[in-house]
Formats: sequence, structure tokens, C-alpha cells
Amino acid sequence: MKVTLTVNGTEHAVEVPANTLLVDLIRVNLQLTGTHVGCDTTQCGACTVHLDGRAVKACSMLAAQAEGAHVTTIEGIGDPENLHPMQAAFREHHALQCGFCTPGMIMQAIDLIDNNDGLDSQTIREGLEGNICRCTGYHNIVRAIESVANAS
Amino acid sequence: MYQFNYHKPASLDEAVALFREADDPMYLSGGMTLLATMKQRLAAPTDLIDLAGIAEMTGVQVNADAVRVGAFTTHNVVAGSAEIQQALPVLSQLAGLIGDNQVRNRGTIGGSVANSDPSADYPAAVVGLGGTVHTQQRSISGDEFFQDLFETALQPGEIITHIDFPIPKRAAYRKFPNPASRYAVVGVLIADFGGSVRVGVTGAGPCAFRASGIEEVLNEHLDPSAINGVEVPDAGFNNDLHASAEYRAHLVKVMARRALSDLLKT
Repeated sequence: MKVTLTVNGTEHAVEVPANTLLVDLIRVNLQLTGTHVGCDTTQCGACTVHLDGRAVKACSMLAAQAEGAHVTTIEGIGDPENLHPMQAAFREHHALQCGFCTPGMIMQAIDLIDNNDGLDSQTIREGLEGNICRCTGYHNIVRAIESVANAS
Repeated sequence: MYQFNYHKPASLDEAVALFREADDPMYLSGGMTLLATMKQRLAAPTDLIDLAGIAEMTGVQVNADAVRVGAFTTHNVVAGSAEIQQALPVLSQLAGLIGDNQVRNRGTIGGSVANSDPSADYPAAVVGLGGTVHTQQRSISGDEFFQDLFETALQPGEIITHIDFPIPKRAAYRKFPNPASRYAVVGVLIADFGGSVRVGVTGAGPCAFRASGIEEVLNEHLDPSAINGVEVPDAGFNNDLHASAEYRAHLVKVMARRALSDLLKT
């Protein structure tokens, strides 16, 4: 079946089997491999992308469900020369160790900032319930997000 | 996940027609349970009928004595709706406790209620608030909707279109979440309709139910200590690696006391 969607500002029409997951369309068909697959069971959040502005787990929806949608992946928010403020804060606060969870953490963190006023550290911790860092680097991740929340 | 035919009808009539024609169809709402189930090959429908394109299943309407929520409304919309927060804050609070943020952006109230997962949060609200589940062909009382483990009063092909929740004088919901999944090991919603109290329980049994023993004592004395003497029988309660039936029966009373304490503060 054909799925038409906009990813990072570019429209794509992709021919995929109906049982294709959104994350596979992103990684395999569009070769945007910054979005990771960790658990593949809706738990770890490494596959988090924005669907029409809200954070979702791309391993747990069909590509077909994104028909007509605007998807933003980690590649769409900044580049090495112009980091997104959240990426810059993660670098500044050493908020990553192995880096596997980082794309999902950053996409979820941006959703948290966009949809909450006055984030405190407890709200940030609760907001990261759907993202797992197996290096257990949560403390610096929370600090990084807090710094962006305080600056905005 | 096995292969299937994907359909996205634009109306209820079209959805039902597709369902009748297909070999072994299932409706797809947010997909937060169904897709995970299909990935594990525990479900293998021949046809998935996506309800995302049906406009009449979305939206929130608040009037003087009830809140109407379209079946396709996501948990985060209910949690964040200023209208619902004002009219029926317990529903927004409950929705905000489901899963995690990403799941709340996809999961829907209709999908959750239709699935009748024994540990889902919304069934406690449907039962505890005395809601009414509307489908394309009839209205079903919240007291009769949940029948057993993953079993509801819905007939094959029937689609939940919206759910009405009567607005109580005050209400509160407390749950003991599984620390990993955030599913309710036990969740209790207590609603005070001014003279009559309803107590909806999720997580403890095969499906959500009213704790009639607790309702009886609270109709006499709206006081947390009144719950102490109630016998909550654990016969038929869920008994698994997360909690024994006996422990769940104990949690029903603990969560009821905490919910009632919250309710009395409002």
C-alpha cells in the first residue's frame, strides 16, 4: 500500500506492506537511522518521534496510521553545526553515555517542554516514564532538560 | 506481525460494512494494546479496520450534568482538556495516570474500554461514575458493560462511538500502579452523588466491578475508617506474579481509603 507523509519537512510517498511499522518506514525506507529500536514493545522510548507535534513511539504504530501526518525525527530538529537547544543542553550536561536512548530522550524532552509550563525536576522525572536509559544516566538527563525549561 | 488488509473507513456505516465482509476482522483504535498483541502473534486478524477517519467519534462535550467523550479521544486530550478538568477533574487525573506520555498521545478511551483489560484505568471510571457506553446501535449501562477478562457486552461488529459520564458532586481515583507498566494492580474510583456513593474497582478481578460492600458502609458514613470493617472477598480475584488475590483484596480497601481521603478534601 502507498503511505504519503511528511518527514522533517519533506513529503514522501512510500510503497510498503500494510504491516510495516512507522519506525521501519523511517529507518529502512527513508534511511533515517537516528530513530532507534530498543525494546520493540512500547516500553523503552528509543523510537520516540513527533507525530503532528506530539511524542509517540514509532515502534508501536503502523506506517499506515501516519498517512497524511507530519513526522519529525531527531534528524529534523538540528544538525551538528546548529544543534537544537535540547541537543546542546544534553551535550553541555553530559546527559548521555552510550547514546542509544538519546534520540528518544530528546524527542520526548521537547514534547515535555512544549506541553508544560514551569517544569520542575519531579515533573521531568515523571515525564520520562516512557524512556529507559540502560546506562542509568537519568540524573544528567533531568539536569539537561531542566536547564532548557528554565531558559525558556 | 502477520500480514493483514488495512482499511480506513470514513464513516461508521462503512466500517461496519467492511467488518461484515471480512474473514476475521478487528477494529483498530489507538493500537496501544492491539498492535503489541499482533506483534507477539497473539492476535492475527485478516483485516484491520482503522477507526481514525471517523469524525463523529472524536471530541469532548460538557453539559450541566454529564461529560461526553468521543471514543477516539486520546488519554492526553482527556488529561489536558480544560473543560473536563473543570467539570469532572477525576477523569482528567485518571487519564493522566495511564501508561506514559507517548502512550497517552496514541491510546484512546474507546479502545481501552472495548478491550476490558483487567488492569486498565478507564473501566474504573465507567463503573465508578455510572457511565453509559454508546455504540452505533445502542446504549449500554456501565454496570453491564464489563463482563469478564477481555469480555464486554459488545457484539461482533459493534463500535463504541462515545461514552457519557454523569458529573458527581465530587470524586477521586487512586491506584497502586505496577512499577514497570503503570497498569493498575488495583485502582479504586469513588464518586459521591450527594446521597449515594459509587465505588468502581479495576485491577482486582477479571474485569472492573462495583465494590458493593464498600458502597453500603459509605452510604451510611462517608468516612475512611468505615471501610476498615468491610469484608472484600478475594474469590475469583486475579492471582499472578504481580500480586496474589489476597493482596489485591487488601489493596482494594487501602486504595478506597486513600481515594476517599482525597475526595473529602475536595
